Amino acid sequence: MFVPQLINGLTQGSIYALIAIGFVIIFGTMNLVTFAHGEVYMAGAFAGYFALTVWHLPWYIALVLGMAVGWSLGYLVEKVAFRPLRLAGHMPPLLITIGLSIIIRDLAHIFFGTENRPVPSIYGQTFEVAGTQVSVLQVLLLVVAAFLIVILRLLIYGTKIGRAMRATAQDHEAAYAMGVNVNRVFSISFSLASCLGGAAGVMVGMYYNAVYATMGASAGLKGFAACIFGGLTSIPGAILGGLIIGMVENLTVQYLASGYRDIVAFLVLVLVLVLRPQGLLGRRMRAV
Amino acid sequence: MLPLYKFVPSRDNWRVWLPVIAALVVLPFFVRDEYILNTAVMAGIYIILTSSLNITNGYTGLFQFGHAAFYGIGAYTAAILSTRYGFNFLLTLPLGGIVAALIGAAIALPTLRLRGIFLALVTIGFQQITYLVIMNWIGLTRGPMGIPGVPSPSLFGYELMSNTGYYYLILILVIIAIFLISRIVTSRVGRTFVAIREDDLAAESVAIAIFPAKVLSFVIATFFAGIAGAFFAHHARFVSADSFRLEETFIILTMLIVGGMGSISGPVIGAVFLVIMPEVFRFLAEYRGVVYGFIMIAVILFRPEGVAGVPGIIQTRGVFSQADKQSTAEDPIP
Repeated sequence: MFVPQLINGLTQGSIYALIAIGFVIIFGTMNLVTFAHGEVYMAGAFAGYFALTVWHLPWYIALVLGMAVGWSLGYLVEKVAFRPLRLAGHMPPLLITIGLSIIIRDLAHIFFGTENRPVPSIYGQTFEVAGTQVSVLQVLLLVVAAFLIVILRLLIYGTKIGRAMRATAQDHEAAYAMGVNVNRVFSISFSLASCLGGAAGVMVGMYYNAVYATMGASAGLKGFAACIFGGLTSIPGAILGGLIIGMVENLTVQYLASGYRDIVAFLVLVLVLVLRPQGLLGRRMRAV
Repeated sequence: MLPLYKFVPSRDNWRVWLPVIAALVVLPFFVRDEYILNTAVMAGIYIILTSSLNITNGYTGLFQFGHAAFYGIGAYTAAILSTRYGFNFLLTLPLGGIVAALIGAAIALPTLRLRGIFLALVTIGFQQITYLVIMNWIGLTRGPMGIPGVPSPSLFGYELMSNTGYYYLILILVIIAIFLISRIVTSRVGRTFVAIREDDLAAESVAIAIFPAKVLSFVIATFFAGIAGAFFAHHARFVSADSFRLEETFIILTMLIVGGMGSISGPVIGAVFLVIMPEVFRFLAEYRGVVYGFIMIAVILFRPEGVAGVPGIIQTRGVFSQADKQSTAEDPIP
């Protein structure tokens, strides 16, 4: 049972990695942490649910729809919580995104109810690789995650806005002096991060065949744990962190108790912050 | 007139606080409605929780987001000790506080070297871990089933059953807690806390041992949270992990922000307001979280010091403040 659990963990970890990359983009460019990222992910998941279950659209359209919803919601969150407090330091935006996440979650509760919404399973057929059953869906999700990450890399390293984002991440005042529209870069970075969160939501709905209003809080924190694990500012670190947390979670289910699977991410969060605040691959910062 | 945030109850200003206490003492003679008394008891619990969170987040400027975990630890300590070992309320109340404070110290020692959001996030992590341990450590906590049948407090052979009894008990506890907190924050230790909040480097340069003071502030705050938890267990007579989730921390935090941080009156005002408001606007019951969220965002954007907090603890020099008004929207970075 070791290898199948590892593959489950890899699939789930790639979803965490997408959430974690969002945190990295936001922290990297704006030096801020959002608490509403989990709610963006939940909104993406519901967009995927409506596309797949209610409107019977193919999965790739659901994915694009989820990303569009994530993008729009991220744009809004940036406008409300971050733009007015650009000069305010870490804490007020964090508090405002806590408020926003409560509002979004409760609205989802009211409009979509508390029960799980079923998502039809697709590509359920499995094939055997070296004696292990792998489902087509798992391969598909891994490919989609990898594809999104490659696109993101091309965007960051190959386009003008990507260069502006990297410049802003290094020193936003210098970037501003060089004529970069920093406000626009912040807005696009935040929307881009939320877009990946929305995609992660759709993918998790497809993988577990259910979405619900409260799914965001713990996924957001787990993504953040993955991001901390990798060092807050490193995209490869976030990917690695997501994959490791996903795999350790699934091995916990296998070898310990299923109730403790959620504890893994939070232990990682606490232990990394206490023992090695700069994470595995991140640059040293003033956390201590 | 003295600004509200400077008010600290003391011997000199008994004219202000004595009538308030007198009014609260006679309240049950006029209000017989069980429902209102129950609301008043809940307000009392939240006053203790918010006032204690104010010690770390308000006075010392340490943003910890794990208060509901310590509240839960106090509640579970009291529930387990009274149902399994028959401990009396007079013992479970202080023990709830002491266990919460011990765990608080164990958390504080490794984590308080972190600052700002990193401390906030590590305490959120601790909050989640506590919740999951309560849910899964069936042998100790009965997990999702919770612990029913916590006895009502019996004091000197007299068992408290009515809401009036609980009301007077929590009133006494609130008065003691606010008295103690007032004494602490006006003492040398309290001034140390404020010095650390305002400028920890300057505080260090005048020979304040920052780290022990931070730990002390954390321990005091978690002690009171544990006391509130122990009372809650005996009042609700049932504890389950659902009462001590991250959402509960955010409710206490909202009360603190709305009332205002770094003052004695702020947390009291915030707790009373946000306990009573949903009871008055019952038609909003479904939207309670939404309303809380909007109130919190509005307060941070437009009045970051809350109703009666010390100005400047949450600094929001943004487009809404005077300092930034002359700059244009296209020119956000100085």
